[in-house]
Amino acid sequence: MNQTVSPLAAPPSIASLRRAIARRETTAAAVAEAALARIADADPAIHAFLTVDATLARAQAAHIDQLAVAGDPLPPLAGVPFGIKDVLTVEGMPATAGSKILEGYRPPYTCTAVKKLSDAGAVFLGKLNCDEFAMGSSNENSAYGPVHNPHDPGRVPGGSSGGSAAAVAAGMVTATLGTDTGGSIRQPASFCGVVGVLPTYGRVSRYGLIAFASSLDRIGPFAANVRDAATVLGVIAGHDPMDATSSPLPVPDYTADLDQGVRGMRLGVPSEYFAEGLDPEVRSAIESGIGKLRAAGAEIVPISLPHTRYAIPAYYVIATAEASSNLARFDGVRYGFRAPESDTLASMYRRTRDLGFGAEVKRRILLGTYVLSHGYYDAYYRKAQQVRRLLADDFLAAFRQVDAILTPTAPTPAFRIGEKSDDPVSMYLADIYTVTASLAGICGVSVPCGQSRGGLPIGMQILGPHFGEATVFRVAQVLETRG
Amino acid sequence: MSEAERVSLEDVRRVAELAHLELTPDEESRMSRDLSAILDYVAQLARLDTSHVAPMAQVAEVLAASADTAPNKLSVLRHDLPRPCLTRDRAMASAPETDGIFFKVPKVIER
Repeated sequence: MNQTVSPLAAPPSIASLRRAIARRETTAAAVAEAALARIADADPAIHAFLTVDATLARAQAAHIDQLAVAGDPLPPLAGVPFGIKDVLTVEGMPATAGSKILEGYRPPYTCTAVKKLSDAGAVFLGKLNCDEFAMGSSNENSAYGPVHNPHDPGRVPGGSSGGSAAAVAAGMVTATLGTDTGGSIRQPASFCGVVGVLPTYGRVSRYGLIAFASSLDRIGPFAANVRDAATVLGVIAGHDPMDATSSPLPVPDYTADLDQGVRGMRLGVPSEYFAEGLDPEVRSAIESGIGKLRAAGAEIVPISLPHTRYAIPAYYVIATAEASSNLARFDGVRYGFRAPESDTLASMYRRTRDLGFGAEVKRRILLGTYVLSHGYYDAYYRKAQQVRRLLADDFLAAFRQVDAILTPTAPTPAFRIGEKSDDPVSMYLADIYTVTASLAGICGVSVPCGQSRGGLPIGMQILGPHFGEATVFRVAQVLETRG
Repeated sequence: MSEAERVSLEDVRRVAELAHLELTPDEESRMSRDLSAILDYVAQLARLDTSHVAPMAQVAEVLAASADTAPNKLSVLRHDLPRPCLTRDRAMASAPETDGIFFKVPKVIER
């Protein structure tokens, strides 16, 4: 468990993989077998996968190879190996959400975003480890054991989508889906040195996402490079009648303007994200990245997002309140685990939930129930929603001045496994730069931006206005190509 | 466990009952300590004057207010039409116990 997994040479991009399959230089079957071999080789030390489904992967690959042999046009993700975070449903495959309470559950329907990947020719290798019900910043809350960071197995991959980030970083698959409620795509992308995308709230349907906090939950891609991430977002985005909050706005081609550069763009740097608590090596890496964007022709504009310091407390009130409601459905009646030998319905509920949920999930259910309970609602829940409006207004005002905003993704590089697991407040502060965009509903990306002296990846967070994904990708692309 | 904790053991027991959670005595004292620490941190929200701020429950409210990014149809309700849904067999396939028609549970009335 203590050898570092050798980072591969950059894996083939989505476009080159598809081209090679179309030209019959390789086959989707060979690509799938290589991914299965890489998982068998690397995953025992990383534990990114909770389920590997070779049968499904081989069937999906065979279908692509039939198209290639017949000379038919290949769909946009033809033969691309994917992994899916285990909070997203795939009909017939397990969906544990990292929890014992869903052990053995096989959902009867497929998540819309996953269905769109499948229709676009993707090949699914399996389901990816995560914090239980996506609650965590380190992946240590998974009931099935932690994920190890491919850059240093003694460190966390970040969370909650730790498996989704680590699987891409270790070259096991080309791209993955994760979910982000308070930073759960961007922070692990930063810790693992990959690209992670937070789409605008409503851009990607949430149908088939096992809910944590419905007004905050989003599905987004991880990939090894910006173009692949933009390609995957273009496939999974769009309106879905099964999610009333999904947007009817048309989905642009996110790769069309990717190489247009940042000349003439105004990029905001908020002072609040460079204050006390920011690791000096992270600061220096981000400042150097900002310098590259300035050199590429962007105008760097100092800005202020004055309510930033209130984001973590507001987030933990709103997210836990919504979670306490969403997780009420896990009752041992319709699916999943039921505690045996309960005499009455009430005791069956209590024992099922006590045995089925882990400590962090119970902590958040209790906190959420408390802030919603009689006598505390106004002081906590209503107050937090008012602060949420102030945070959103901060961003709306900022985006009248600038095209995108540059910040560190996380205050530190990946921390050690066990380092924060006894102190919930200290763990929650790992999300200090990411929860703001979650509350405001805006989009963003974490893109690799240098590393620490110890070789740990550091990510820059690039935030854009609602439905401003194309702008964010353009900025990220400049950072990637000049990195 | 000090008397001064923001969330007392009694509070934890009351909330656990509301949430249908059964906690061991160890868990109760741990949760009292953790919830108190978290809510002490949350207490800084009280420093902000929000008396004239409307609560924000959903992102769509913000989008509807900024007309340049969102079409007005965001606020239109969908048509309420019947559609096919999961069959009973598939909906019940993952249940711990059924009789093929209903989900089965232990007795509801406690005596």
